[in-house]
Amino acid sequence: MAVNYANYLRMEKMPLYWCPGCGDGIVLRAYIEAIDELGWDKNDCAMVSGIGCAARVTGYVDFHTLHTLHGRAIPTAVGVKMSHPDKHVFVFGGDGDIVHIGGNHFLHACRRNVDITVVLINNWIYGMTGGQHSCTTPSSAKASTAPRGSYEPTIDVCQTAIGAGASFVARGFAGDPIHLKKYIKEGLAHHGFSLIDVFSPCPVNFGRRNKLGDPVKLMEFMKNTLVSQAKAKRMSEEELEGKFVTGILHVDDKKPELTDSYKELVNKSQDSSDYWAKYVKGTLTDKDKYSITREELKGLYPYDVETPLKEWKKI
Amino acid sequence: MGRVEFLNANAAIAEAALIAGCGFYAGYPITPSSEIPERLSRIMPEKGVPFIMLEDEIASINACVGAAASGVKAMTASSGPGISLKQEAFGEACIMEVPIVVVNAMRGGPSTGLPTRPSQADIMQAKWGTHGDHPVIALAPCNAQEVVFETIRAFNLAEKFRQPVYLLIDGLLTHLHAKVYLPDPEEVEIIDRDQPTVEPEEYYPFDYNYEIPPLAKWWTEDGKSYRFHISSLNHDKTGFPTVVPKYVQWQEKRLQNKILNHIDEIEKFEYYKMDDADVCIVAYGSTAESARVAVDEAREEGLKVGMFRPITIWPLAEKQLKELGDRVKSIIVAELNLGQYLLEVERVIAGKIPIYSVLQAAGVPIRPNQILEKVKNPEKDVEICLSDEEVKSFGGGE
Repeated sequence: MAVNYANYLRMEKMPLYWCPGCGDGIVLRAYIEAIDELGWDKNDCAMVSGIGCAARVTGYVDFHTLHTLHGRAIPTAVGVKMSHPDKHVFVFGGDGDIVHIGGNHFLHACRRNVDITVVLINNWIYGMTGGQHSCTTPSSAKASTAPRGSYEPTIDVCQTAIGAGASFVARGFAGDPIHLKKYIKEGLAHHGFSLIDVFSPCPVNFGRRNKLGDPVKLMEFMKNTLVSQAKAKRMSEEELEGKFVTGILHVDDKKPELTDSYKELVNKSQDSSDYWAKYVKGTLTDKDKYSITREELKGLYPYDVETPLKEWKKI
Repeated sequence: MGRVEFLNANAAIAEAALIAGCGFYAGYPITPSSEIPERLSRIMPEKGVPFIMLEDEIASINACVGAAASGVKAMTASSGPGISLKQEAFGEACIMEVPIVVVNAMRGGPSTGLPTRPSQADIMQAKWGTHGDHPVIALAPCNAQEVVFETIRAFNLAEKFRQPVYLLIDGLLTHLHAKVYLPDPEEVEIIDRDQPTVEPEEYYPFDYNYEIPPLAKWWTEDGKSYRFHISSLNHDKTGFPTVVPKYVQWQEKRLQNKILNHIDEIEKFEYYKMDDADVCIVAYGSTAESARVAVDEAREEGLKVGMFRPITIWPLAEKQLKELGDRVKSIIVAELNLGQYLLEVERVIAGKIPIYSVLQAAGVPIRPNQILEKVKNPEKDVEICLSDEEVKSFGGGE
C-alpha cells in the first residue's frame, strides 16, 4: 500500500532544507515508512532534536516536536518520556550532536535503557557549521579544521552503544533504504533504548573537501567501508579493520526498561503509609492533618507579607 | 490543614514543590542542595510523579525543559558550578518560554568555591548568567517557612509568565533545621499555565495576539493532542526559526515586556520598622535575619533604624528603592558578596543619599553586631567577626 507521506509531514515547510545529494531525506523517508507500517498515530508521537542538519527533521515531521540545544536532545527526550511513558518518543540527530557533544547523555541513555529510539545520521562531519571534523571523521580524512587530514582516531558508535548497555543497536546506510526501513521499524517497535546508526553522505562538506567526486561516488565510497553482518562473519580481523558492520547488531529483550522500573518503584512506594502515598490514595485522616492557628503560623512566619495560603492572605 | 515538621530549607523546598504540583524533578548531587533530591527521591514515587538523577547538571535541566514543554511542572536544583553548567538551558527555557523552577543554593566562588559555606554571590549571575537579552525572575526567601511559601510562588510565577524562575537560597538556610508548616495542596493558591481556547489546528505556541501566549499541554486531560513545534532559535508565532527582523525584535521585546508590564504582581518585599527610620538596611535572604536582629538592637539603643528586604530579587524593586531615597537619610546594603545588589541600589539612588555597605565573601554569615557597628560608624570598614576559638575551629590554611 502506498504511504501517504503528507500525513506525517508539515508540507508547508517544504522544500527540504538539505543540500542536493544529502542522505537525510532518504533516512526521513525510510523513517516515515516505518512509522506508517507500525500504524502509529502521529498524535502519540513526540520527537526531540538538538542542533545540526539532521536535527532539522523535527521541523518537518508533524508530531509534537522540540528543537532544543546542541547535544541535549537525549536528556530532553528523557524528560518527555519520563513524564509520558505511554507515548512514543524519538530523537533524530547527527554524529556531532548525539555522540560528540552529547556523548555523555548518549552513554547513560544506553545504560538506563529508556524507551527512546535514536536515529543517528552519521555523515562523518559537522555539516551545518561548515565541515569541521567530528569524532566520527575517518582518520586522515580532510575537514575544514583538518586541512591536512584528521589526526584523531574515529569511533564505532554501535560498539560504544552495545558496551554502554543499549538494548537495540543497528547500523544502516542511506544507500540501502530497504534494509534501513526494516532496522528503523524494529528499533521503533523495540521496548527499550534503540539506536539506529545510519551512514549518510555529506557531499558538500565531506565529499567535496576529500575530492571524492559527485554524491553517487561518495555513496559508493561510503558503501565500501560497510560490510553486512553475514559477510563480516566470514572475514578475518585484519580484513575487518577499518570496516563497519551493518545490520541489527544487538538485541536484548530482557533488560528492564526505565519507565517500567520506575512504575514498579511507584507501586512499591505507594504501599507505604507516608503522607504523599496516603494523599494520592485519599486515605489521609484527621490524625495526619494539623490545623495551625494564626498565632502559631505567625511564630514561624512573622513577616507582614502575603502568604499563598488561601485563608490567611496576609499574616 | 497541613503538617508541621522539623526541616531544613532543602527538605522544605522538596515538600513545597510537591504541594505546588511539581510533576518532574531531574537533578545531580551537589552540596549544599543535595537534600532536595534526597527528600524527593522518597516522596515523588509516593505521589507517583517522575524523579530521576541524571548524568550531569546539563542533562538534568534539559530534561526539565523537555518535561515542562510537554505539559508538566518541573524543577531542578543545584549550586555554584552546577548552576554555571545549567546556564545554556536556562536561556533555552527563557526563549522557549517553558516554565521551570531552578533552585540555586549559592556557595560563592568562582569555580568550586566554598561548597559547604553560605554566600549570596550569584545575584548577578541569576540575571546575566545566560547569554542574550532575557528577563529573569529570582526569589530569595529568608527562612525555612518562607522557603515553603516562596517555592510555591516560584512555581506559580513560572506557570503564569511562561518563564524559568530562580529560587536563591544558601548553605545557611539549607543546613539549618527549623519548625515548618507544610500546608495541604488544597490550602494554597496554585496557578497552572493557561491553556489555549482554540482547537489544536488553530493553535500557535507564540500567538501574536497575546502578551503571554498560552502554552498548550501536548496531551490534554480531555484527550486532545496539540502538535506544535518549539525551536530554541529565535522563532515566529508558529515556533519555527525566523531571521525576519520584525519578528525577532517583536519576540525579544515581548520577552522583556511580559515581565516589565507585570512588575507589581511579581515584586514582593518586607519593610521592617521602617515607619520612622532614618537609616535603612537593605538585606535579603539569610542575611536579612541578621539585619533584623541588628535593627532590634539599634532600636533598643534609640537609633532609628529599619530594614527593607526584597524577597523578589529580579526584577528589581526599583520603585521601592527609589522611594527609600526620599524617605531615609542613608542606606546600608548588607550582603554576602563583594557588592552585587549594591550596584543596583547605587544605580537607582543615583547619589541622592549616602549608601554604605557591609560586604563579606568569607564563607561566614554577616553577624548583627557587624551591621550595628556600621550603623554607628558608617565610614569605617567592618571586619570579619569571629572569636579566636571559632577561627581555630576552621583549621588549616594560613
